[in-house]
Amino acid sequence: MPAVTETIDAVQSVTQGTYKYGFETEIDMEFAPKGLNEDIVRFISAKKEEPAWLLEWRLKAFALWKTMEEPRWPAVSYPPIDYQDAYYYAAPKQTVKPKSLDEVDPELLRTYEKLGIPLKEQAILAGVEGAGETPAEGGRMPVAVDAVFDSVSVATSYKERLAKEGIIFCSISEAVREHAELVRQYLGSVVPQGDNFFAALNSAVFTDGSFVYIPKGVKCPMELSTYFRINAKSTGQFERTLIIADEGASVSYLEGCTAPMRDENQLHAAVVELVALDDASIKYSTVQNWYPGDENGKGGIYNFVTKRGACRGRRSKISWTQVETGSSITWKYPSCILQGDDSVGEFYSVAITNNRQQADTGTKMFHIGRNTRSTIVSKGISAGFGQNTYRGLVKISPKASGARNFTQCDSLLIGDQCGAHTVPYIENRCMTAKVEHEATTSRIAEDQLFYCRQRGLSEEDAVGLIVNGFCREVLKELPMEFAVEAQKLLQISLEGSVG
Amino acid sequence: MVQTAVQTGAAGFLHRYEGLRARLPGQGLPWLAALRERGIAAFRAQGLPTRRVEAWKYTDLAPVAQAAFEEPLTAVDGALALPRAAAPKRVVFVDGRYRADLSDAGAPVRSLAAHLPAAEGLLGSVARIDDVPLAALNTALFEDGALIDLGPGEDGGVVEILSVTLAERPVAVHPRHLVRLAEGAKLVLIERAWGHGGSRALHSPVWEFSVGAGAHVTHARLQQEAAASLHLATTFARVAAGGTYDSFLLHAGAKLARSEAHVVLAGPRAAAHLNGAQLLADGQHGDCTTFLDHAAPDCPSRQTVKTVLSGKSRGVFQGKIHVHQVAQRTDGYQMNQALLLSDQAEIDSKPQLEIYADDVKCSHGATVGALDETQLFYLRARGIPEAAARAMLIEAFLQEAVEAVADETARAALAEAVAGWWEKVA
Repeated sequence: MPAVTETIDAVQSVTQGTYKYGFETEIDMEFAPKGLNEDIVRFISAKKEEPAWLLEWRLKAFALWKTMEEPRWPAVSYPPIDYQDAYYYAAPKQTVKPKSLDEVDPELLRTYEKLGIPLKEQAILAGVEGAGETPAEGGRMPVAVDAVFDSVSVATSYKERLAKEGIIFCSISEAVREHAELVRQYLGSVVPQGDNFFAALNSAVFTDGSFVYIPKGVKCPMELSTYFRINAKSTGQFERTLIIADEGASVSYLEGCTAPMRDENQLHAAVVELVALDDASIKYSTVQNWYPGDENGKGGIYNFVTKRGACRGRRSKISWTQVETGSSITWKYPSCILQGDDSVGEFYSVAITNNRQQADTGTKMFHIGRNTRSTIVSKGISAGFGQNTYRGLVKISPKASGARNFTQCDSLLIGDQCGAHTVPYIENRCMTAKVEHEATTSRIAEDQLFYCRQRGLSEEDAVGLIVNGFCREVLKELPMEFAVEAQKLLQISLEGSVG
Repeated sequence: MVQTAVQTGAAGFLHRYEGLRARLPGQGLPWLAALRERGIAAFRAQGLPTRRVEAWKYTDLAPVAQAAFEEPLTAVDGALALPRAAAPKRVVFVDGRYRADLSDAGAPVRSLAAHLPAAEGLLGSVARIDDVPLAALNTALFEDGALIDLGPGEDGGVVEILSVTLAERPVAVHPRHLVRLAEGAKLVLIERAWGHGGSRALHSPVWEFSVGAGAHVTHARLQQEAAASLHLATTFARVAAGGTYDSFLLHAGAKLARSEAHVVLAGPRAAAHLNGAQLLADGQHGDCTTFLDHAAPDCPSRQTVKTVLSGKSRGVFQGKIHVHQVAQRTDGYQMNQALLLSDQAEIDSKPQLEIYADDVKCSHGATVGALDETQLFYLRARGIPEAAARAMLIEAFLQEAVEAVADETARAALAEAVAGWWEKVA
């Protein structure tokens, strides 16, 4: 295949290129040197054996990034990030792994237990030595003995089934190699390299992520999830996901891991791009539970993510559902560009901030096509010293006649030290469009709490019950297996916020 | 040094201050001279706001920045055609200067320029100049304004303040109005901005309200300036325990109008109503921006703002409610609605809640849309011609906003201004 030949040539030229820049001795190392410069970008591209066009694409992103400033407008505060004091390419951490579950932080295990995660999975998530590999020898705990959680084969068996339908589901690196034309056509078409500071950074140094292509008329027979893949391969801090649903196709995609990863990478700057053609629909669900930092706000993940979907085709639909309970700082606005006539965009979100967590999240709905419709339901919960901001934009262009938007933003405050903020922007330039927005802020009503306590529920359980009720509209949008875990997560996230 | 004949933008205003400084009223008062210097320094530091400033995202001050304004003439003698008075007592300002000859005697309003010593401690006590550049500029440049100072329990009655801008020339006027109500005082104030002439004149008043404990002030603003005029008003109000600042803003005239209100509910049970309506015809830009600070517990606030847009007009609503941590049991409600009557109109709306207290009840709503087709159909089915039906629905939409005004005189003045607007525009 000419494409392949071209790829091989490109890889060779890139590899030779990097030698020229003095990486010959380090090319086999597990990580690139600290810092970020053009050489690092070249190094990553070479390490991933990418074609020349992608290297050029990354370099352009890097050049743009250098001219950009970190956004200061979100209602979050954190010490300045030193972008030169980080590794941009590193193999999975080679620190000393715990030998058994005995050595794992009991607090972490308690959380896993509450989530109902089987022991062997707990071991994998906690990074117990040998846990994720096929029969490990000589472990003291059962995890090491029967840890036959062969995620690779699980993924493969699904892959075969998907392949029968013509569905492509693989890592983005693999897609670059094997489906170069598709990647080249769509990568950056929704979130261009220079879109924003973090997207530019991601475009320059992304190391992993998923690629999905659903061919014409195919309804994906199962929920696709990064879950398996993450077990098979540790993802980097800069994920890049690209999902394309061709005409009449539909897919439901689940992102994230519902167990807290003790990720020491402070900065997560992912980019997700969705493209829906005529009559296609994409449902993208996220349960984000990265490490939120301790109760004093030490540690935790900075989750600076750009997610955007383009409803390019008529009657296409993109639906975002997110449950954000983790990360010390969340900066994320999954958006929809409703280009096709009669296309539909949805955003359902629950964001919880407890302790010192800060979240500035929301969505943007761009109505361009006629009769486009969008729905926004956002539930923010603040507890402890948490700060929670909904920030959203509904923009209706002059041509979007008959466009319709409904937005509902509710905030719940638990404790008098937290904050809840709502910043919606409505920009309408079309007479026949109709936009409705409503927002409320309140705390848990004393009478509701009293009623639950009277029936023997502990205060914490009562709050959990009420919060779940508050979030019901969003949780019901999640695929079932996710919804159950998300409910438990809400409760865990709010632990210690009452009483 | 060679001086350029015409200067625009911030430089123009700075230059103007340099030229006027020695002649501005109150130069003999050290506190005032110092305040003016602080004002001009704050304006120099901030400059004229641009769209890069979040609070000015939707309103472009280019027409102000590009203009070369002239000084108002010292006195305009002879009869001026004035609108009919809206209240029993009226006080008239022409190009920002008090006109005793046109004003009714007995109104509790004095000329600020003539009573500057009495304004010490009041002037600048409520206004914020460090982050509101137009207030800083006004502090430096004001020449006159109204001074209303009511004692404990005093009832100031219903007073109209008419500000006439003679836009025959592109003048720029920056009046400063001070209103202080001691404990339990009452006042109904109808402020009317009115003008004639076809120049791009600028009227940029700043109001400072100090509302004492249990005092009640109604502030109805009717902006009906000439079609080419620029109107940039800033109102500051500080409300003590149990006091009420009840305001209504009507934007009907001017090419570019922005009214910005900063209200602080500083004592328990202080209340604020920040209602308004904007009637925007072809070529007009109207911006209603409010900042409401709940800084004490048990305060209620209400806000309903309606905008009607026709032709190629642009309407802006920005309303921020900030609830401080001490402001427990806050009850805040905000609603803004826009009616689009043309496919060239644009509405930008940004209601905003910033809440740091947990025992609160805060909500806001926003709707944007065209006239309801089913309502129109209902009226037409009853034999009402389409044009009349439209006018009826538009009028109903607006009158609903005006109904929020409790004082009868103020409400009547507003209702009259709103009535028939659509027939005139269409």
